[in-house]
Amino acid sequence: MKILVCISNVPDTTSKINFTEGDTKFDTNGVQFVINPNDEFGLTRAMWFKEKQGASVHVATVGSPSTEPTIRKALAIGADEAIRVNAEPTDGFFVAQQLAEVVKNGEYDLVIGGRESIDYNGGMVPGILAALLDMNFVNTCIGLEVDGNNATAMREIDGGKEKISTTLPLVIGGQKGLVEESDLRIPNMRGIMMARKKTLNVVEPVDAKKATQDTKFEKPAAKGAVKLVDNVDDLISLLHNEAKAI
Amino acid sequence: MSVLVYTESENGKFKKNAFEVASYAHEVAQQMGTSATAISFNADENAQLGNYGVSKVLNISNDQLKTFNAKAFANAIAEAAQKEGAQVIILSSSADTKFLAPLLAGKLGAGYVPNVVGAPDSTSPFSVKRTAFSNKGFAHTEIATEMKIIGVSNNSFGAHENPATASVEDFNPLLNDGDFSTKSVDIDKVVGKATIADADIVVSGGRGLKGPENWGMIEELADVLGAATACSKPVSDLGWRPHGEHVGQTGKPVASNLYIAIGISGAIQHLAGVSSSKVKVVINTDPEAPFFKAADYGIVGDAFEVVPQLIEKLKAFKAQNA
Ligand SMILES: Cc1cc2nc3c(=O)[nH]c(=O)nc-3n(C[C@H](O)[C@H](O)[C@H](O)COP(=O)(O)OP(=O)(O)OC[C@H]3O[C@@H](n4cnc5c(N)ncnc54)[C@H](O)[C@@H]3O)c2cc1C
Ligand SMILES: Nc1ncnc2c1ncn2[C@@H]1O[C@H](COP(=O)(O)O)[C@@H](O)[C@H]1O
Repeated sequence: MKILVCISNVPDTTSKINFTEGDTKFDTNGVQFVINPNDEFGLTRAMWFKEKQGASVHVATVGSPSTEPTIRKALAIGADEAIRVNAEPTDGFFVAQQLAEVVKNGEYDLVIGGRESIDYNGGMVPGILAALLDMNFVNTCIGLEVDGNNATAMREIDGGKEKISTTLPLVIGGQKGLVEESDLRIPNMRGIMMARKKTLNVVEPVDAKKATQDTKFEKPAAKGAVKLVDNVDDLISLLHNEAKAI
Repeated sequence: MSVLVYTESENGKFKKNAFEVASYAHEVAQQMGTSATAISFNADENAQLGNYGVSKVLNISNDQLKTFNAKAFANAIAEAAQKEGAQVIILSSSADTKFLAPLLAGKLGAGYVPNVVGAPDSTSPFSVKRTAFSNKGFAHTEIATEMKIIGVSNNSFGAHENPATASVEDFNPLLNDGDFSTKSVDIDKVVGKATIADADIVVSGGRGLKGPENWGMIEELADVLGAATACSKPVSDLGWRPHGEHVGQTGKPVASNLYIAIGISGAIQHLAGVSSSKVKVVINTDPEAPFFKAADYGIVGDAFEVVPQLIEKLKAFKAQNA
């Protein structure tokens, strides 16, 4: 089985979000970039496929050279090879078209992406990719087993979960549940040393259109002070009369 | 030209978000000087959508589409959009819709913007405001493609009555076997209880509750309020609660009217996921807990004392206001 894990390079979850250039750009000053958490679960799941069932695992990112530490980390965790498409990932449709080219050329059976990138929250790249290549697709995937050409996926739905049966080639939008938090791997020294010797292919983007553009950013309005009360009667009264929430 | 809106139903009945997206579609249609058409799958009371400004409903009655199937639904919506000459498609933010939206975008070559929180800034160019950075910011996003797909954030626009008469037409989309290459084999879902996605009120517990055995009072409080239950990430990582209840940046987003956080410190990743809730109440022993800074109302106190009192008093309040 050939697996491609799509990795988006995102600000660490603790990052303070600021904007610059007249609120038209995300301010990366002092921001630590990491593997998108949803993709980290997928990467570990891919390592299990490799170890238990035999698979080759490649990772791909669409991004500038500054994303290389993140992709090296994925190699240190155990991916065999990496591909970086040398372009700014400013639009989900554009990114999906770039990844579609990677998937076509690499003839992957399984493409593991995340439910969403935690920065721009598009939640669209894996699904668009699946549509472009006419591959099967399961979103918000919280469990995946592959047996030959057949796949069984668990999907999170509102208020529960759904079991889905499908076949390869398959794209998933994964999240926690594919593996648990405690299963996530941290690169060790040996992994980091080995990663240096692994191939990181840089490819130039194909001609593709952009569908959307962020023209301006805003921060949420500052919050008023909390009203503290010392008994539940006052709380109920405020929630009823002032907040009209009950 | 028209605006097409996918109105979700379950067992024939429209979901609450159907009326919100219908209202949104009406607003967009007004701005563009056109009308709103809805597409529904096996819904019983299609004429209801007229109350929210929809002037035409394409209803699909098809047993093959009784169970949600992202690809088949996306293809049917795409076909309806083409038939209607729609340039804008309005969707909700439910899990099902977020599953089909990117398939629809890929198929139609459409720009898709999810998590939209208000009426368009303008329709020419087409620009909308959406949340980004997991609710730590907003973006104004322009869509350049001819076909545009808007995902409306839950509970952000609201349902607005705009009485009109909706004509209802049968619609038979072309289905082929390939549409069913992913099959639902089993659905495991709570019935008759509010879910985090559509509840007006969410009651959430954190590590401050010490252990899973103490969730009885959280569930009871939720019952009294008709609320959904949720939790912080460590609580689900520890296996105290199911994963589906984990809210926050890496879990589910919450956009309820009221969010009650009990024994949750208010870490930045947690706050990101719940900041779209309109009113936030915090119950925590530690007055320095960061959550108080993000809350509207708070009680500094021990959950094991406060929550049972709250349940009792709320029962009395409900009995009085019933
Ligand atoms: C990559 C990443 C992603 C993450 N994503 C998420 C996410 O999506 N969602 C999320 O929730 N977290 C997330 N986290 C974890 C987050 O950083 C915090 O660790 C977590 O939210 C803390 O959970 P908690 O508030 O339940 O526990 P704690 O931080 O342990 O807080 C417990 C609180 O309970 C209070 N307390 C104790 N006893 C009582 C009592 N008797 N009565 C009332 N209050 C009491 C304490 O004062 C304290 O404030 C993420 C972390 C990382 C690194
Ligand atoms: N620039 C990118 N490079 C590679 N994969 C990406 C990129 N952006 C998004 N993805 C993948 O698509 C998923 C969903 O991202 P998004 O649609 O941006 O929310 C991510 O979890 C990744 O798996």
